[in-house]
Amino acid sequence: MIYSLCLLLILVGLYGVVVSRETLKIVISILIMNHGVHLLLLLIGYREAGNPPIVDPGASIASFANGAVDPLPQAMVLTSIVIGLGVLALMVALCVRLYERYGTFDITEIRRLRG
Amino acid sequence: MTEVLALLILLTVIAAIITVLTTNLLYAVISVGAVGFLLAIAYLFLAAPDVAIVQIGVEVVSLVILIRATLGREVQQLKTVHAVVGVSFAVAFVAVIGLFGIQVFNQFPEFGIPVMERFADSPALVFLQTGLATTGAPNMVTAVLLDFRAWDTLGEATVLFCAALGAVAVLRRNARINPHKSEDESS
Amino acid sequence: MSGSRKLRDRGTGMGMTVKTVTRWLKGPILLFGIYLVLYGHVTPGGGFGGGVVIASAFILITLTSGELAGLSIFSKGAASRLDSVGLLIFLILGWLGTWWASGYFFENFISTSETAYHSVLSGGTMPIGNLALGLKVASALFLVFTVLSAFQIAGRAIDGLTDPEEQQREDKS
Repeated sequence: MIYSLCLLLILVGLYGVVVSRETLKIVISILIMNHGVHLLLLLIGYREAGNPPIVDPGASIASFANGAVDPLPQAMVLTSIVIGLGVLALMVALCVRLYERYGTFDITEIRRLRG
Repeated sequence: MTEVLALLILLTVIAAIITVLTTNLLYAVISVGAVGFLLAIAYLFLAAPDVAIVQIGVEVVSLVILIRATLGREVQQLKTVHAVVGVSFAVAFVAVIGLFGIQVFNQFPEFGIPVMERFADSPALVFLQTGLATTGAPNMVTAVLLDFRAWDTLGEATVLFCAALGAVAVLRRNARINPHKSEDESS
Repeated sequence: MSGSRKLRDRGTGMGMTVKTVTRWLKGPILLFGIYLVLYGHVTPGGGFGGGVVIASAFILITLTSGELAGLSIFSKGAASRLDSVGLLIFLILGWLGTWWASGYFFENFISTSETAYHSVLSGGTMPIGNLALGLKVASALFLVFTVLSAFQIAGRAIDGLTDPEEQQREDKS
């Protein structure tokens, strides 16, 4: 059920990408899809009533390994979030450049102006 | 616990729907901020404090960037596709992708049982069992990030470097001059 | 001299209240970011989270006190140079594993004794890698933000809102 909610988040972002006509709105919709994928990866690694993957002082390793959530998707999502911010900045820079050139965010207007 | 998590993700989906359907660009930016912060709380419930910290920081910075790009522009009202044909085509497209997605999501293991439990010596389980002894760091996420999978982090740093380089190159001051403008801005 | 005063008057930022609160807050935010970077291998945090928090402290200063105040603390040239230096330190750290310890790329060649667990100096090469990543992420994000905000408001380039270093170079020439 939680997986289907996560799929719904990705699909809402996809609908935004298909329907929007403003470049910045498309960027925001891509951001929502990005969030959905991150959530999916973290949901796969979750253990029921699991602990964060950080060893407490004095805790035994065997009980820690049986109670902690999967650290591998967390590390991958950590890098992916920061990459997402960098790519968002690049996309916004392109949108701002297009706005300065054509005076609009609308992609149909931009196609009509041309040159 | 699972019910609280489901409620949080449901709120996230509602905020995302508002983001997509609103006709004001500033409203869209603010509600995508709501999506990000709700997800940060959901990450805390998923026992991922590292990811939650990074998510909050990244959300603040990306909101500042998006609002800076939005404010002061002349056009705030969005023109989404309102024609019946366009909207129905988009809904059909998303529905087809969704059907494929449901087929894939049915193959996933049950929620609450991580993938690493299905194999005796899966990498994540080995990291958890031997991480403290081999690396000396109690935080397993950092151990994976900077020791077991440092190649991945090097690639990530390179991607971030290239993204910053691309943004600076796109927005450089001495760019090709717009022919419709006067020449005096070219200095 | 008069030129620089004219520059300072432009882009003065927000009101008195916001500036005062920012003056109180910028220190704790910066300290929290440095804490996250240094203790990233012991507690939640790390180079990515700490770098983003440090960048957001500088972005806060830039937003409230104007572009010139932010750029006088952390100029565009310094940000781009620190960005490259952070990536270079991380690459050299991986290369040292093959060369010095004659192992594999990114080998953790500093061993940690069992008594040092849960202290800052544990984790071998991890604190150095965290520092490099924090430097890299903070300067890259601040560079991108500066370039985006100095570009323009309302579709036109704001004249005068440039890097002080570049301005000096132009004044000399």
